[in-house]
Amino acid sequence: MSAQIRATPAEFDVARYRADFPILAERIHGKPLVYLDNGASSQRPTAVLDAERRYAEHMHANVHRGVHTLSQRATDAFEGARERVRVFLNARSSREIIFTRGTTEAINLVAQSYARPKLAPGDEILITWLEHHANIVPWQMVAAATGAKLVVAPINRRGELELEAFARLLGERTRLVATAHVSNALGTVLPVKEIVALAHARNIPVLLDGAQAVPHTAVDVRALDCDFYAFSAHKMYGPTGIGVLYGRESLLEAMPPWQGGGDMILSVSFTGTTYNELPHKFEAGTPHMGGAVGLAAAIDYIDGIGLERIAAYEHGLLEYATERLGTIEGLELVGTARDKASLVSFTLKGVHPHDLGTILDQSGIAIRTGHHCAMPVMEYFGVPATARASFAFYNTRAEIDVLVEAVAAAKTLFG
Amino acid sequence: MDLKDLYRDVILDHNRKPRNLGRLAPPARSARGHNPLCGDQLTVYADVDGGVLREVKFEGTGCAISVASASLMTDAVRGKTTAQAEALFGEIHDLLTRQGAEAPASLGKLAALSGVREFPARVKCASLCWHTLRAALAAEAAPVSTE
Repeated sequence: MSAQIRATPAEFDVARYRADFPILAERIHGKPLVYLDNGASSQRPTAVLDAERRYAEHMHANVHRGVHTLSQRATDAFEGARERVRVFLNARSSREIIFTRGTTEAINLVAQSYARPKLAPGDEILITWLEHHANIVPWQMVAAATGAKLVVAPINRRGELELEAFARLLGERTRLVATAHVSNALGTVLPVKEIVALAHARNIPVLLDGAQAVPHTAVDVRALDCDFYAFSAHKMYGPTGIGVLYGRESLLEAMPPWQGGGDMILSVSFTGTTYNELPHKFEAGTPHMGGAVGLAAAIDYIDGIGLERIAAYEHGLLEYATERLGTIEGLELVGTARDKASLVSFTLKGVHPHDLGTILDQSGIAIRTGHHCAMPVMEYFGVPATARASFAFYNTRAEIDVLVEAVAAAKTLFG
Repeated sequence: MDLKDLYRDVILDHNRKPRNLGRLAPPARSARGHNPLCGDQLTVYADVDGGVLREVKFEGTGCAISVASASLMTDAVRGKTTAQAEALFGEIHDLLTRQGAEAPASLGKLAALSGVREFPARVKCASLCWHTLRAALAAEAAPVSTE
């Protein structure tokens, strides 16, 4: 078991895994695709594509409604996927697993259903300087509606959370902490266990935005002891349009529904409506069943490789990319946290990230350029944008070599 | 597609050494342009007198295409009437979006932007400054009226 955990790149059969992802055989501008934009959206293996197709071909009908066979199959597939997610997160009950469109919708659900009814003028929501806009704007919206205040914990020049300052910002009026598990712009892994412990010492619940964490690290919501955990399937080799909100059952029970409609009710009359039980109370309308099935298949796929092995291999890629890119004069890494997921955000002197993005694309390399939906982070580092290469376990050192060569060529072009 | 079609020497030169960088004080007209997709931000200033753009400057941050385009634009429209600038806007728009369109001789150095249309994701970078100039000119084209 421990040998598996300490897997070295040599033991990691990346060629075999690459063959599982049909899109990796694409050629872009005549060059082999080098896909380094996994932080924005990862690719899907055949196992996921097949599961989605199998669902559509053999199981699809509406869920929780029909007495006919297909409706039962669809319901079984959908609820089976929920149970798979429960196991993946080690949640106590599948009643705690709410399917959403993605991380963004999950956070908005908590903002509108948990926070908004509770917040009074002067109350505070504590976030960090590292957040994605999806973990900023929903809180600004409830703050504007309730008179509550958004408080932002600072970071340092490495892009790490200042934990002591964070602790000092937890106050009498703090009603909720909402923070990334892993920063999307910089890759910083936040000390979420410490964050939860500090907040819970003051009886403040914690929401973790796990969008960037789930593809790289095993998440155990009981070990983390967080109150809400949000993530998307499409950043962990699953389909788009489906994500998850984990919520502590006692909190979810007490929350009013967010959206009204079918499936979230037990009975409706014009004099009043009885809401359905968890988790259906929060799933109004026909859900994305095929997506949920795809997500379950992605979890199976990841588990088949092992997140510890994935993390070890990706860490090797990160070290290699950091070292190789460091040899390029004028290249500056943005975000150098000691605990970092496998992505590199950087600027190149004399070459704007967008020009770099276009130039790399001509070499078949897909990276993200821009503010990464984290404009405050960019502002903190005094840059309008960065280039970001984010790695998955199907990337290779050879691909990093291609990246490094193309970055060097861009520098030459711009002289 | 060749990168040198996009990043021609004229573009690289105007990116490295942007012309007419700076600001003009009111009553010169100005407008801010923003491309939220890439974070490009620029402000265009135009000193208009008797319907003629006497001086045009810009400042901001952006990629090589957006900086070079703004630099080339400010050179091109200085001394032109607002109507001529508007006509040039139309020609640039065609150049950036119409496949196979020949660059008219009237465009001069601006023709260097013709490679951009092969890179659809970058058309907005090149057109941002033109939209911003237009906004600056429109801002005071409708003078405050007490009628």
